[in-house]
Amino acid sequence: MEPFVALRAPALPLPLANVDTDQIIPARFLARPREEQVAACFHDLRLDADGAPRAGFPMNRPAFSGARILVARRNFGCGSSRESAVTTLIDNGFRAFVAPSFGDIFFNNCFQNGALPVRLPEARIEALLAALEAEPGAEIAIDLEAGALTGPDGAVDRFEVDGFRRDCLLRGVDVVDLTLGHAAEIAAFEARQARELGWLDRLP
Amino acid sequence: MTARPAPPRTLFDRIWDSHAVVERDDGYTLLYIDRHLMHDGSGGCFAKLHERGLPLRRPDRSFGTPDHFVASGPEALAPLRRKALETMTANAARHGFTMFDLGDARQGIAHVVGPEQGVTQPGLTLVCGDSHTSTHGALGALAFGVGQSEVAHVMATQCLWQRRPKTMRVTFDGLAPAGVSAKDLALAMIAAIGAGGGAGHVIEYAGEAVRALSVEGRLTLCNMSIEAGARAGMVAPDETAFAYLAGRPYAPQGADWDRALAHWRALPSDPDAVFDREARLDASTLAPMVTWGVSPEEASPVDGRVPDPAAAPDAASREGLARTLDYMGLTPGAAIEGIEVDRVFIGSCTNSRIEDLREAARVLRGRKTARPAWVVPGSGLVKAQAEAEGLDAVFRQAGVEWREPGCSMCVGMNGDVGRPGERIASTTNRNFQGRQGQRVRTHLVSPAMAAAAAVEGRFADVRRML
Repeated sequence: MEPFVALRAPALPLPLANVDTDQIIPARFLARPREEQVAACFHDLRLDADGAPRAGFPMNRPAFSGARILVARRNFGCGSSRESAVTTLIDNGFRAFVAPSFGDIFFNNCFQNGALPVRLPEARIEALLAALEAEPGAEIAIDLEAGALTGPDGAVDRFEVDGFRRDCLLRGVDVVDLTLGHAAEIAAFEARQARELGWLDRLP
Repeated sequence: MTARPAPPRTLFDRIWDSHAVVERDDGYTLLYIDRHLMHDGSGGCFAKLHERGLPLRRPDRSFGTPDHFVASGPEALAPLRRKALETMTANAARHGFTMFDLGDARQGIAHVVGPEQGVTQPGLTLVCGDSHTSTHGALGALAFGVGQSEVAHVMATQCLWQRRPKTMRVTFDGLAPAGVSAKDLALAMIAAIGAGGGAGHVIEYAGEAVRALSVEGRLTLCNMSIEAGARAGMVAPDETAFAYLAGRPYAPQGADWDRALAHWRALPSDPDAVFDREARLDASTLAPMVTWGVSPEEASPVDGRVPDPAAAPDAASREGLARTLDYMGLTPGAAIEGIEVDRVFIGSCTNSRIEDLREAARVLRGRKTARPAWVVPGSGLVKAQAEAEGLDAVFRQAGVEWREPGCSMCVGMNGDVGRPGERIASTTNRNFQGRQGQRVRTHLVSPAMAAAAAVEGRFADVRRML
């Protein structure tokens, strides 16, 4: 996995709450291979019924074309567990998401793919959205090691990331390899469970 | 010195603590997963496993059934969907996990099949690459949905790295009145705490109304936990749960049953256990619910009205609400009961079990539908049971289409979708924009309310029709 250490990049304001993963990538694209899902990102919010870009959708504005950070309102990425929601955003250049709160599964899926979700207080998100709207293309700087996010106004916010997830991101750790390193403990657990809850292993 | 008594624990605490394989200083736990359910969207996860040349660690703990991509009618499968189904069958043969494939009466929606087969049991940890895995908590399991990378991790290691979630108890006091179902309890709760209200938490449902629910009702309630943002939902296992499990094919048998029962009886939360959060609702005051927006939190009692953006507290919510009503094609202040629907869908992992179908049939018996309506049973066994009870005849006589088991019109990825602009009364779990097809307007309701809408051609208070 590609490590995530720090990122300084233009940010896209998405002033919507409860953006579910069906909006990030509609279900009808899910059977397709990842490379074909790139164009599916925010498909129905981004394009109208005739396939023409909706003028009001921020991603369609040239000023935000280089955005690598996305700022949204509460509960971003709620709903379906589809990991394509994270990968299609990554394949469209995004590596960090900033919101007051996230859907739990989307939040976890970010770390599996080298992307960073950052939680900041609601008032600060509103200020960031306003700043990005006032100065389209403005940059946000995120330093994972320091746990600091610097807004376009220069104000610095501290954020917390769980030690384990932070470590994995900073070093680009392969989690399956890490876990396989605990094979002895897993085997010991299974042996104990087989003694105590033996019926689990007796299938019809 | 006297020994300090053990601190009181919740059902969640007991399951979590007994499944910790490794505990790191930074608060992360390597959690053992007892059961892994797979569906036809798991192909990419196997591909990740194959890339590494790793075996499926515990095929005996892995169960699968195709549901997302299957057809509920006679139409031919699109090539990508056919490929997904063939890949799953091939992976079952290669890795040797238990598969309830198409053509087997046990096939159906994973979250219907797991409990039905007794694969889901109290005290277990269970995951599936699907957010509605929270359903299985109804039997007292810790069950949650994960993404494809974590599915592949479970396939390879039978474990997951997790931070211990917080606990939340939602208590439903009193008894739900006639016509108010588990689905209405769920929608009322989400309206109260919000679509992100349970984020980071595992919910335990408690109270008189929950104890009074059948296991199928509890499955519906726990299913919707994810729509409140919660990782999982659970109900303490009790005699209702044990009676449901007894004799199911994958439930423990004979002497094992007695051993399991003793284990299960010790699982419920201690009376003085402390939860990180508490929420209470009075079930006796609830009414049948209808969602009017594009998030499950946007719900109203059937005798309520569509909200008016002008009354919203700030500019951002005013704009958001106006956008939602524009998408939904609704007038501010309109009575919910006056909203006309174009079609009706009864099915999904939320509401496709035999009791759901009985509730719908109770309303449809001797009546005719005014709108096209489908019933999609949750599994082949639910379908057979409904047919044995003559429910299929009730549906057909009312003008309802009786179809084949699968996720159907809940997921919008198997060909079953509404037409642009259509308004659907649906027993599913998500009223997201485009969830049931591009520009389709979804209203979430209970099976009885969906049946009432099919008969009346608009939302109607089913309490008047029982």
